[in-house]
Amino acid sequence: MEAAQFKSDQYVRFCPGCGDHAICAALQKAMAQIGVPTYETVVISGIGCSSRMPHYLNTYGFNTIHGRGGAVATGVKTAHPELTVWQMSGDGDCLAIGGNHFIHEIRRNVDLNICLFNNRIYGLTKGQYSPTSPKGFCSKSSPFGTVERPFIPAELVMGARGTFFARTLDVDMPTTVDCMVKAKEHKGASVIECLVNCVIFNNGTHNWIADRETRAEHSILLKHGEKMIFGANKDKGIALDYSQGVLPRLIVVAADDPRVLVHDAKMEDPTLHRMLALMGQEKFTDVQNAEIVPELPVALGVIRDVEAETYDQAVNQQIADVQAKSKCKTFDQLLGTLEQWEI
Amino acid sequence: MQKQTVVVRFCGDSGDGMQLTGNMFSSLSAILGNEISTLPDFPAEIRAPQGTLGGVSGFQVCLGNGVYTPGDKADVIVAMNAAALKVCTLGSKFNVPGAQFNEADSMYKKDAVVIVDTDSFTDKDLEKALYKTENPFTELGIPESVQIVPVALTEMTKESLKDSGMDNKAILKSRNMFALGVVCWLFGRPIDKAIHFLEGKFAKKPALIAPNVKVLTDGYNYGNNTALNINVINVEKADDLAHGTYTSIAGNKATAWGLIAAAHKCGKKLFLGSYPITPATDIMHELAGRKDMGVIVVQAEDEIAGVCTAIGAAFAGDLACTSTSGPGLSLKSEAIGLAVMAELPLVVIDVQRGGPSTGLPTKTEQTDLLQAVYGRNGECPAVVLAASTSANCFQFAYEACKIALENMTPVILMTDTYLANGTGLWRLPKLAELPEIKPQGVPEELKGHYNAALRDENSIRYWAYPGMEGYEHRNIGLERDSQKGSISTNPENHELMVKARQAKVDQVANKIPDLKVQCNAASDTLLVGWGSTEGHLHAAANELNCALAHFNYINPLPKNTAEVLRKYKKVVVCELNNGQFASLLRSKVTGVDFKQYNEIMGQPFAVERIVEHVKAL
Repeated sequence: MEAAQFKSDQYVRFCPGCGDHAICAALQKAMAQIGVPTYETVVISGIGCSSRMPHYLNTYGFNTIHGRGGAVATGVKTAHPELTVWQMSGDGDCLAIGGNHFIHEIRRNVDLNICLFNNRIYGLTKGQYSPTSPKGFCSKSSPFGTVERPFIPAELVMGARGTFFARTLDVDMPTTVDCMVKAKEHKGASVIECLVNCVIFNNGTHNWIADRETRAEHSILLKHGEKMIFGANKDKGIALDYSQGVLPRLIVVAADDPRVLVHDAKMEDPTLHRMLALMGQEKFTDVQNAEIVPELPVALGVIRDVEAETYDQAVNQQIADVQAKSKCKTFDQLLGTLEQWEI
Repeated sequence: MQKQTVVVRFCGDSGDGMQLTGNMFSSLSAILGNEISTLPDFPAEIRAPQGTLGGVSGFQVCLGNGVYTPGDKADVIVAMNAAALKVCTLGSKFNVPGAQFNEADSMYKKDAVVIVDTDSFTDKDLEKALYKTENPFTELGIPESVQIVPVALTEMTKESLKDSGMDNKAILKSRNMFALGVVCWLFGRPIDKAIHFLEGKFAKKPALIAPNVKVLTDGYNYGNNTALNINVINVEKADDLAHGTYTSIAGNKATAWGLIAAAHKCGKKLFLGSYPITPATDIMHELAGRKDMGVIVVQAEDEIAGVCTAIGAAFAGDLACTSTSGPGLSLKSEAIGLAVMAELPLVVIDVQRGGPSTGLPTKTEQTDLLQAVYGRNGECPAVVLAASTSANCFQFAYEACKIALENMTPVILMTDTYLANGTGLWRLPKLAELPEIKPQGVPEELKGHYNAALRDENSIRYWAYPGMEGYEHRNIGLERDSQKGSISTNPENHELMVKARQAKVDQVANKIPDLKVQCNAASDTLLVGWGSTEGHLHAAANELNCALAHFNYINPLPKNTAEVLRKYKKVVVCELNNGQFASLLRSKVTGVDFKQYNEIMGQPFAVERIVEHVKAL
C-alpha cells in the first residue's frame, strides 16, 4: 500500500515546524508498510496537539476526551481483536490526566500501538509544564520553576510490566517508521515514546540528541541481536561494569572491547532494558542538569519487545471456551435454567 | 387464620444466613402461588462483631394476593438474637438509650408474632446488644398484644445434628434452617416442596444437603407436633396474575438479563465496561458469569474507564453498556457527554443509592434524577428511563438498549437499591415475543461519501463502524460541521448541531407509550411518582381511592403528560428526594400546582405515611 492512501482530506493544522508533522508522515508510511486496510485500522486519541492525529489519517478515527483515549482504545480492541488499533497521546494526556488508563492498558497487555508524543510541555493550552518537564522548568504555570519530579516514561512502562517500549525522535524518520512497524508486529501494548519538538513553547528541548552534529555521539540506536555501538565513528560501545558497589552499571567502552553488549530486546527480565532506557535521562529530569554532558547516550529504537498473552485475546478465548462447553446457546435456553413454575 | 397479605421479617446476625433464609422462604411462597415483594436490609459492614446492634441483618417479604410492596411493618418476626429483637422493636431508635416500643418506629405491628431464639439471650448476648437489664422484653416495652413465641433454636439445632459429625460452628450455622422449618409450618408450606428447593440451593455442595434437610424437617415438625401456641396462617394465593411461567428475580439480575436479551434480539455483541460499586455490582457479576451468552465484561480500572471502554465498543459497532451508582455517574459525566456529542448508542445504568458523595451506599434513594437529566457540561440531552419494579428492570433494560441502538443516543436507566436487591415475580418472556430492535445503519449509497455528521430524516445519525469498507471516518468530541463532519467552530453551525442533537432526543417521545392513569382515575386527586416507588404509590392510591400517574419515561416525557396532569385538582408528586421530579415537571408542564411529598431517609416509602400526608393536604 501507499502512504498517500492513509492521508485524509483534512488540512494538517500542527504549527509550522512542529515535530508532529514528521510523526504524522512516519505513521502514514508505517501504516502503508504494515498493509492493514484503512477500514480495519482504528486510531484513537485523547486531547492535545498530538491527539489531532486521527483527523489526518484516512482510517477509522476517534478524537475522544482528555486522557481517556487509552480506555476507549481498550474497549475497541477488546470487543474487536481483529482490528489494528493505534492510540495517539501526549505527555499530558497520557501521563497526567490519563495516567491511570495508561498504566492499566500496559498492565493488561492490550494489543494496542501507543504513540506517546513527548514534548515535555502542554502545547494546546499554551505552555504549562507537564509530567515530563524537568524539575525547575519555568512555564506559564510555573513562573518560578517547577518543584516536581518528572516521570521518565520508560520507567513507568516497565513498572507497569510493559512488554514493548521503543523510543524515537521526530527528526529520525527511518527509526520512527521502524519502531511503528515493530510495535504493530508486537502482540500486546506497545509504547513508542516519540520525542517531539514544540517549536512554540519548548523549542529545542531535545536538541541534545536531535541536532544532526551531535546526535551520533549522544544517542545510540539499539537493534535486537546487534552490538551496542555508537558514535560518529562507530568507535564506542555499551558494556556492563561490575566493579563498583553491589549493582552493575552501564559504561561506555571502546567499540572493540569484548565486553560490548549485544542487544536482546526479547529478554523477559526488564532490568537491563530499564537501565538502557534510563541512559542519559538525567538531562531531562532537572534543569540543573541542562549543561551536564551525560556519560551514556540516550537509547533509541526498540528497547524491549517480549511476548506475553494479550488481554483482548484472553478475554475472547475465555468466552469461546465457555461457549464450546455450555449447553446453553440461546436466550430462551438461558431462561430455562431458572427455577420456574406455572401459574 | 386467613390473610390476604402477610409481611414476614427475618433478622439476625450478618453471619446467621438471614438473606438466604428470606430468599428461600420468598421463592417457596412464590412457587406456591403467592405474589411476593422482598426487601433485603443488610448492614454496610461486611462482618460487624457478632451479636452487636450494628451487625443486624434483615430480610423482609410481603406475600399474598395483591402485593405491591414489601410492606411497611411485619406481621411475623423471626429474631435470631437479642440484638435483632432490639433493632426490630425500636427501628431507627435502636441506638437511643431507654427507647421503648412505639408503633411508629417499630418494624412490626402491635399484634405481630415474634419468634425468638431463647438460647441467644444469655447475659453476654444482652451485654453485646447494650441491654441495661436482664429482661429484654420488659426493657423494650413490648406490648402484651405482641405474641412472643420463644423457641430454643440453638439447642434444638444442636440436638438435631448431634450425630451428623459436623463441628459445633457448622452446626450453629444451620440454626437458620430450623427457623425456616418453623416458619414453613406456620404458613402451611408443604415440607416436601421446601426440601426440594433446599436440594436445588445446595446442588453444588451435596454434603450440606442432608444435614440442612434434617434441621429444616425438625424445625417443621417442632411446630407441627408441639403445636406451638400460635395459629397457622393461610395466605391467599394471587388471583389476577396472567397465566404463564414465573420465577422470582432481583432487579440487578433482571437488568443484566434485559441487556442480554436485547443483544441476542438484534444480533449485536454485548459489551459491559464497569467498576465495582454498591449497589450496582451484581449487574457486572451476573454478566461476567454469562460468557455462554457471549457477553464481554471489562472490569475497568475506574468508573471513567468503565464508560470509556463501553464507548470504544459502541464506536466499534456493539451494544455497549456501563453500570454504576450515583458517585460513578458523576465520574462518568464527561464521557457520557462524549457519547452525546459523538452520537453513539450507549446504555448507562444508574442503580441509585443514598447521596451525596459516598452517602449511604447500601440504602435506597431517588436523588440522581436531575444529575441523569442535566448533569453534564454543555447542552447535552440524553434519554432517561426508570424501572419501577424489580421484574420490570428487565423490560426497561431491554427498552434502553432498543432506544439507544435505534436513535444513536446514550440512554440512562435509573434503578435503585430497593429494586436492585429486592425480588419480585417475573413472568418469563420468549425472545421471539419481545419487540423488534432495528439498530441504526447506514445507506449503501453513502459508501465512499460517509462522514460522522450525516443523519436521517428523524435527525438520527447514520452508524458505520470499523471493519466496514468505504465508510472510514473520524468521530469527535469537538463540535463538527453539520455537512462534512469535520471540526467546526462556526457559530451558526454550532447552534444548528445543538438543536439537531436535541431534536433527536425529543423525537423519542413519538416512540414511547402514553402515560396511563392507574387506580381511581375519576378522583380529583392524583399521586405522581417515578421509578421504584410505583408499588408503594399504587397501594397508597388504592387506600386513598385516588388516581396515580407513574412515570417510567423521564426524558423525554410521554407526550400526553401535560394533558393528564392538568385534569386533576390536587397533584402530589411523591419521591424519595427533595423534589427533583417535581422541579422537572414544573419546568415542563405549566398550569399545574404541583404539591410534594418527599422522604429522604434511605428507605422505601411507608404506605401509611403517604396516605396520612395526602389526607392532610
